[in-house]
This record gives sequence, structure tokens and C-alpha cells, in this order.
Amino acid sequence: MEKILEVKNLELSFHTFAGEVKAIRGVNFDLKKGETLAIVGESGSGKSVTTKAIMRLLPESSSEFKNGQILFNGKDLTKLTDKEMQKIRGKDISMIFQDPMTSLNPTMTIGKQIMEPILKHQNVAKSEAQKMAIDLLKLVGMPQPEQRMKQYPHQFSGGQRQRIVIAIALACNPKILIADEPTTALDVTIQAQILELMKDLQKKIDTSIIFITHDLGVVANVADRVAVMYSGKIVEIGTVDEIFYNPQHPYTWGLLSSMPSLDVQEEKLYAIPGTPPDLLNPPKGDAFALRSEYAMQIDMEETPPFFKVSDTHYAATWLLHPDAPEVTPPATIIERMKRFPNSRYYESANGGILK
Amino acid sequence: MAKYILKRVLYMILTLFLIATFTFFLMKMLPGSPIASSPKLTHEQLAAVEAKYGLDKPLPVQYGIYMKKMVQLDFGVSYQFKGANVTELIINRAGPSFLLGIQALILGTIGGIILGMIAALRQNTVWDYGSTLIAIFGISIPSFVFASLLQYWIGVKGGFLPVGLWENGWQSSILPTIALAMGPLATSARFIRTEMIEVLGTDYITLAKAKGASGLEIAFKHAFRNALIPLITVMGPLAAGLVTGSLVVEQIFAIPGIGEQFVKAINSSDYSLIMGTTMFFSVLLILVIFIVDILYGIVDPRIRLTGGNK
Repeated sequence: MEKILEVKNLELSFHTFAGEVKAIRGVNFDLKKGETLAIVGESGSGKSVTTKAIMRLLPESSSEFKNGQILFNGKDLTKLTDKEMQKIRGKDISMIFQDPMTSLNPTMTIGKQIMEPILKHQNVAKSEAQKMAIDLLKLVGMPQPEQRMKQYPHQFSGGQRQRIVIAIALACNPKILIADEPTTALDVTIQAQILELMKDLQKKIDTSIIFITHDLGVVANVADRVAVMYSGKIVEIGTVDEIFYNPQHPYTWGLLSSMPSLDVQEEKLYAIPGTPPDLLNPPKGDAFALRSEYAMQIDMEETPPFFKVSDTHYAATWLLHPDAPEVTPPATIIERMKRFPNSRYYESANGGILK
Repeated sequence: MAKYILKRVLYMILTLFLIATFTFFLMKMLPGSPIASSPKLTHEQLAAVEAKYGLDKPLPVQYGIYMKKMVQLDFGVSYQFKGANVTELIINRAGPSFLLGIQALILGTIGGIILGMIAALRQNTVWDYGSTLIAIFGISIPSFVFASLLQYWIGVKGGFLPVGLWENGWQSSILPTIALAMGPLATSARFIRTEMIEVLGTDYITLAKAKGASGLEIAFKHAFRNALIPLITVMGPLAAGLVTGSLVVEQIFAIPGIGEQFVKAINSSDYSLIMGTTMFFSVLLILVIFIVDILYGIVDPRIRLTGGNK
């Protein structure tokens, strides 16, 4: 499939009073046309920063690209001027933000806010833009769009506002839509509605989506592929099935084990011990080693490269090195692997899910 | 809206009533009286004059008479200017003060907004420090010091503009306006700077950037209106400051304004003129505050004053 975005060896730092924070430390991934890539990881893992870097929305004064490229349409986004970037933002790449309560301008009617990118990037008259905005509101399921165009954000509920934010993001039929935890600030029933809407929209319009979340339930629901980030790096990337049913990195194991499950009768929910490393002084080797019970000597000394699991599945852990001893993943992970045809624990005779 | 305005008007009347009452009794507590300062009068003559003006009656009665007349918009005659009607005195003197006040308010807020915007958009550069410096001067130097400096450097040394008085038409108003505007200018510059910086960090500004808006569009289309809201809040007190500030500035520039007359009236215990001027200032201030509240609703749709938003 055609690649629409390529992030190559991206390194980015923030300059703070305390020193240089290495927020992104060599991120590689690509986005294919029409797919949804989920980036998961805990707070501070660099998932939001990565996408803000793609949009170039980080403060110029305190952030710095140290290395790498972001290739879009043959252009390296890290090298573009502000003016050139303004032509891409909102038109080719657009973004949905986390908190709909604060992401709309309180003193501007929502009609104006939706029409703004249309008038900016498309050569249309105001009346035409108005029609397009009304159509967008219909598209995101807003009742009585004509009347609501004249209203202000405070006259809408949280879920409705997120629909408006989505309408703004879709205004110019972007090639890439970045959704930065779009459901985190919403309550559960609204979350489900917004997710349904996004899935529905993806069928209607041919847009690639980068979906950032820390909610694995959401990932399973929307994504085609998943990238797991930890302390400024991608530690594992693969299709949804590969990540959920044949995970290889101990961090992914930890994440999946800490997901509440209805099948398991355990009383206590698993939590990954310890805290993420301080990126002012990132650790040598595998950043997760200090929290991992599977860590080996080499994890403390050398950064693991990506090992290939399948054509679509890569993981950065020394456990996949041919010389590494075989370890037994946590029980819940083995349960998952039993259902995955290519994994070492696959049990087809025992009621495993066959393709 | 009509209901809201009616309610506000009733409150305004109540406020004016309270101000009138307080001022009346406070004024009576001041030592001296308008006629006591004439040493030539004998006791009999004094008593006769007091009786003529009703000053011999007990205080509550005087108060009653005063309030009754005030309701009919009759503020009596001045003790100081023989037989002159207070209402006429105020109206004749209000022109220069009004011009100064309005000009200073416009110069102060617009100048302050420009200065604050520059400081916020060029944060931590020479522009920002320069505007901060001006603001600090504006806040810390009292208007009368600033007025004297202006008189000396521009009026006397430079000779570009009249040093004082009200005889060269609009030209005479320039220096006093600047002197008067410095305070509000400094205050609004600081307010706008702080607010703009805060607003520029909000999520909706990031969203505007993500739409592809340019720096100027973000500053003026998105941020400015939101940054204006707190400034409107202080507009009322700023306008009040202009009224009191003009008392001093008019004295220094020898402008025949209402402030100058007010100071004279207090010095000579001209009861009716003090009361009249106080009420005039109060009405003015209450109106300004009312206008500010209406402006609020225009700038911020969340505070539309219609009551229900259906």
C-alpha cells in the first residue's frame, strides 16, 4: 500500500531550565493510505509530542529537531518554513484535540470556526463555505445544523463540541487526520458515540488516521495497526492482532496485563511497577529494563534494535535475539497468544480462533 | 434585555440616593460653613443669612428639603458665586472636563491595547521590555508629576503646545489629555499583555494554528477578543480614576473644568455646589459602569445579558 507519511529516525528535544529533555529519541514509522495507526503508551511516552511535531505545533522557542525526517508528499516537514507549514495544516494534515471543552474559541460562533479552514484553504465564496460547513455538521451528526451555526461553543455539550472539532478537522478533506486522545475527556457513553462516528467517517472519506490514546480498548476498536511507545521510542509496532495476541515486548505485556478483563477472576488489577524514566537523563540500553522483570544484562547496556517478528510486526527487545534465553510471558499474555496462529503457544485443537 | 435594564436603572437610582445621603452628612461634618468665613458679619447678620439659606434648621430637616429639591433636579444656588444656579455652573464647566476625560480614556485604552499587544506578540524582546518600561512609568509616576514634566519640557522648553489654560482650542487639551491618559494606558497595557500571553497558550489557539491560521490571524481574529474581556472589567475603575485624576490635572493646567470648580467648592464649603458636583460625577460613573456591563455582553457571548438564552 502507498505510504503517505514517513517518520524517519526522528529525534526532538525540549530546552528547559533543568536542561535538555529528550522527548523523542529516534522514532520510525510510516502511515499508509486509508489506514488507522494507533499510537499507545502511558503519559510522557512521547506520543502526543510526536504528532505535534508532525503538525509543527510545538513552541519553536523551546523545542528543537535534533535529527531525522518527517516525509509527506516528498517534502520534509521539519525543514519547511512557517508559511509553507500553514498551507499544509488544516488542509492536508489536520488534528482533533483531547479536550473539546477548551479547544473551541468561546467568543466565535461555531459556524465561523468551521468555515475558517474552508475559506483559508479553498478558493470558495463565503456562501459556498457556509453550505459546506452545514454539510460538515450534518456529516458529524449534528441536528439542526443551520440554526446551530450561529451559536457559540458554550451552548453545546462536550460530545457535541467534539463533533464540531471533528467537523473542523474534516473541513478540507485532509489526507491525514491526527486524533490526539479524542475521547479521553468524554464520558463513556459519549466516548462510544464519538468512536462510532470516527469509524463511520473513515468509511465515507478516504483519510489516513493517526489515533493517539492510552486506552487499549479504544485501540482494539478503531485501529488497523498499533505502535507502542515508551519513553520517546516506539518499542513495538504491528497489526492490531499481532499486538494484542502475539505481543513480544515486555512493556506491551505489561500494558495488556494491566487491562481489565471480564474473563479473568483476579481480584487485583495488574500494574506495571515503577515509573517511566526521566528523559532529562534517559537510561542507557532498553529504557524499560529498570521496570521489567525480564531484563537481562545487555538491556542495561545497549539499546535493542528492531527485531522482525513478521513482515508487519517488529519489536525492540533483546528477548527476540537468537542468543536470548526463552522466557515465559505473564499468564494472561499466554492466554492471548494461544489464540494467535503464528505464536508459539497457539493451540488450535483446544478451541483457538482459526482464521 | 428590557427587564435587565429596568432592574439596573432601579439599582442605579438606589445607589444615587445612598451617595447623596452619605455625601450630605459627610459634608455637614466638615468644620466651617459657607458664611462663617466672612469675618465682617455680625452675629445678627450671620443668623439672618443662615435663616435665608435654611442653614439654621435642624440637620434632618435640611436633609429633607435638600432631597426633595434634588428629585426635582434643583441643586440650589451657589454660595460662592453670587446667585449662580448650580446646575448651570456645572453644565458650563462640564465641557472641557468631558473632552479631557473622553480623550484620555480613548488614548489610554487604545494606546494601552497597542502597547500590550506588541509586548505579548514580541514577548521577551526589546519591544516587550520597552512597553513594560512605559507601563511601569505610567503606573508609578503620579499624573500631577507627569503633568508638570510635560508642561516644562513641551510647553515651556519646546514651546510646541500651550502650557495651560483653555484658550487655544483643541491644542490646549493635548498635554492634559496625555497626562491624564498615562495611568489608564499603563494599566490596560499590562492587562492586555498578561491576557494575550495567557490566551495564546490556550487549546483553542492551538486548534486555530492547526487550521493553518497565520500568526496575525491568530492574534487578531482569535486571541484579541478573548484578551479584551478582563480589560473591560477594569474599564469602570479606570474611568473612575480619570474623573478623580482630572481634579488634579485641571488644577495644574488651570483648565476651567468641573474638577477645578469642585476643588474650589470644597475649599469654600460651597454646600450646594459640592452636592451638585458629587451627584454629577456619580451619575457619570454609574453610567460608565452600566455601559461597561453592556459591552461585556457584546464581547463575551457567555455573558449575554438577556437572562434566559432560549
